[in-house]
Amino acid sequence: MNEFLLELRGITKRFPGVVANDDIHLRVRRGEIHAVVGENGAGKSTLMKILYGLYQPDEGQILLHGAPTAIPHPRAALGLGIGMVHQHFMLIPRFTVAENVVLGSERAAWGILHPRRAEAEVAALCRRYGLALDPAAEVGGLSVGEQQRVEILKVLYRGAGLLILDEPTAVLAPQEVAELFANLRRLKEQGKTIIFISHKLQEVLEIADQITVLRRGRVVGSVPAAGTTRAGLAEMMVGRPVLLELQRPDTTPGEVRLAAEGLSVAGSRGRPAVRGVSFSVRAGEIYGLAGVEGNGQSELSEALVGLRPITAGRLLIAGRDATGLSPREVRLLGVAHIPEDRHRRGLVLPMEVYENMILGHHFRPVFNRGPLLAAAEARAFAAERVKKYDVRVPSVRTPALALSGGNQQKAVVAREFSFEPRVLVAAQPTRGLDIGATEFVGQELLRAKERGMAVVLVSSDLDEVLALADRVGVMYNGELVAEFRAGEVTLAELGLYMTGARRQAEPGGEPAP
Amino acid sequence: METLASLFSLALLASAVRLTVPVLLAALGAVFSERGGVINIGLEGIMIMGTFFGAVGTYYGGPVVGLLAAVAAGVVFSAVHGLLAITLRVDQIISGVVLNMLAVGLARFLNIMLFGVATQSPGIRGFTPLSIPVLRDIPALKPIAAGISPLIPLALALVVAGHWVLVRTTFGLRLRAVGENPLAADTVGVNVFLMRYLGVLISGALAGMAGAYLSIEQGRGYLEGMTQGRGFIALAAMIFGNWWPVGALGASALFGYFDALSLRVVALNVPYQFLNVLPHIVTILVLAGFVRRARPPAADGIPYAKEEQG
Repeated sequence: MNEFLLELRGITKRFPGVVANDDIHLRVRRGEIHAVVGENGAGKSTLMKILYGLYQPDEGQILLHGAPTAIPHPRAALGLGIGMVHQHFMLIPRFTVAENVVLGSERAAWGILHPRRAEAEVAALCRRYGLALDPAAEVGGLSVGEQQRVEILKVLYRGAGLLILDEPTAVLAPQEVAELFANLRRLKEQGKTIIFISHKLQEVLEIADQITVLRRGRVVGSVPAAGTTRAGLAEMMVGRPVLLELQRPDTTPGEVRLAAEGLSVAGSRGRPAVRGVSFSVRAGEIYGLAGVEGNGQSELSEALVGLRPITAGRLLIAGRDATGLSPREVRLLGVAHIPEDRHRRGLVLPMEVYENMILGHHFRPVFNRGPLLAAAEARAFAAERVKKYDVRVPSVRTPALALSGGNQQKAVVAREFSFEPRVLVAAQPTRGLDIGATEFVGQELLRAKERGMAVVLVSSDLDEVLALADRVGVMYNGELVAEFRAGEVTLAELGLYMTGARRQAEPGGEPAP
Repeated sequence: METLASLFSLALLASAVRLTVPVLLAALGAVFSERGGVINIGLEGIMIMGTFFGAVGTYYGGPVVGLLAAVAAGVVFSAVHGLLAITLRVDQIISGVVLNMLAVGLARFLNIMLFGVATQSPGIRGFTPLSIPVLRDIPALKPIAAGISPLIPLALALVVAGHWVLVRTTFGLRLRAVGENPLAADTVGVNVFLMRYLGVLISGALAGMAGAYLSIEQGRGYLEGMTQGRGFIALAAMIFGNWWPVGALGASALFGYFDALSLRVVALNVPYQFLNVLPHIVTILVLAGFVRRARPPAADGIPYAKEEQG
């Protein structure tokens, strides 16, 4: 029997204008956890899509069990025992766990379903692989970690021997990551082979046996996890030494710039998403809001900038009551906003870069000449911003949708930092960005703090929160359940508060230092 | 008091049942279409085709032929919607409106071709009325059990069968999956386009049958405009029934009752124009109160395109 379950030889895939995969060689041992790491755009997803039959390689060979194999479509991949656990779950919230698992591969005679039998089958599968799930539960009511287990069950039910997990930890809380890793190790013991795609180096070093690094479509190297360091991996990925630990400037916080006093905010479904949250942020301070997604941080950050109505409590910005102000009024008080979803809220994608650059400032006199837009001024302004923040664009007349994710975010940052804001609300500012762009955004937040801005940083990336914030508030179920100074709390402790296992008596009561 | 009692009389009930059936059949069709993720606002047009071909088929070959002709016409006509909305990904509302406009003109044109007049067919004979044994002998139930159209028990049977198909068959599971999250269904090998077409074609068959009921059993012939917007009321009934067959039955029955009421209370001193709009007002009130709690299929109305490049 061949030592290697899967071998890729010289895989090349071209798209118009780019070589997404360039002569990729990869060997995956039977029963190992093999990590594939690389920055966004390094070609990880393309490679996995080739393995899963979504794309056909232009050149090269796939060997499965030592024999050359073609994978013409995803169903063929499943037939060959290759299962994909997608990053964005492919689940139907209104179906039960069992229904989601059997869908498309129902074991039914004459097309008649037997829900009880399907549930029993799924329960047996759960027991065998040690996955804790109730087969009869509706998927929409499960936690993100449980939903991911359903995705894993789906491929196990179809008999996959090779599991590909695409950025599986991106959506999980630390405790859930630990559970996932325990599950993966159990799958490995049962003889499954796992390809683990990620750009989080710490996790990769923890779970993987072997690590292959991609950069710009090429394999930079493949190393065993034992004996490899984070710094070494980061340098392989980026191609230059990377500052993994940002230099945190020492500033003395000034006066209170933003204060929430017992804020409550309605959620999308009418239920309150934020309940009685109090905290304050001073000039020259970064206040991190941590929490598992969906615990009210998004709604809170929207309420802070006037996008979502405040149902109770008070919001003070620079000492003035900002409760109930419109987004424009809030902006005019000096509040900048890096929104959570840069595609929906941060940019108008079909519009040109210079137009995006003045959005939210467009009513300022400099950009207007009577009823007309002062286009020349706007373009000059955009050009200056683009240069200052190193946004890589061919021209300020390029539509924003033509920019890479990292450059789009740089453009948002460049815009929001103009006209000297006094408060910055940054929601998930590094989501989906690669190491280089993440480093940039982190540096800019620290610089903003140095200049005396009060920064609210909402992030589900705990490493980021701990690296940047001076104080950290933890949200759970719409409430602020804990507050810490930087350096007073560990990742694991934060996790306990994030999942509701613990709470402080009176968080947010402590005055800012 | 007498008028009040007449609001709940058996005769009224029998009339309500008769008026429920066409809305019910079309609503049942809408359930299948929308469970698969395709909004079918063209039900009204499909019903019009059903009324016309039902009458034509009956005129030439008797009511069974008429019913089959109406169903076939409904399937063919809804296939146009499928082609536009599923394959060509035209906006589903626009595609449905196209059907509604097309049906009016087409029925008129064909009627002139066949019968030489624009707006009505010659009179026809419907199905032999059915009497349900045992029930018809109970005096209290006689009006709704004796001498009824065989399509009435058929429609009720289809509600039960429809529910069973949606809940207990692989087809039903896959159809609902495609209406909730077509991408998820596609990744596990479900043929999204096939499922959506089947849903739309079933809705066509049922809406065609609804039309046939109107022209064969109620009108005894085709008359232009005889659907009176029931295709739209059926959509409301489907929503009020929360996209389930049994719910659609309850909602259709409510509309049927008010429809019957509007025919009955002419004796009262109320302008008949008001009574005519009564079922529609009920529709608006019911939807206004209900829609906020409705749970439509998550991907309802959203065309599905296979990913070409990611």
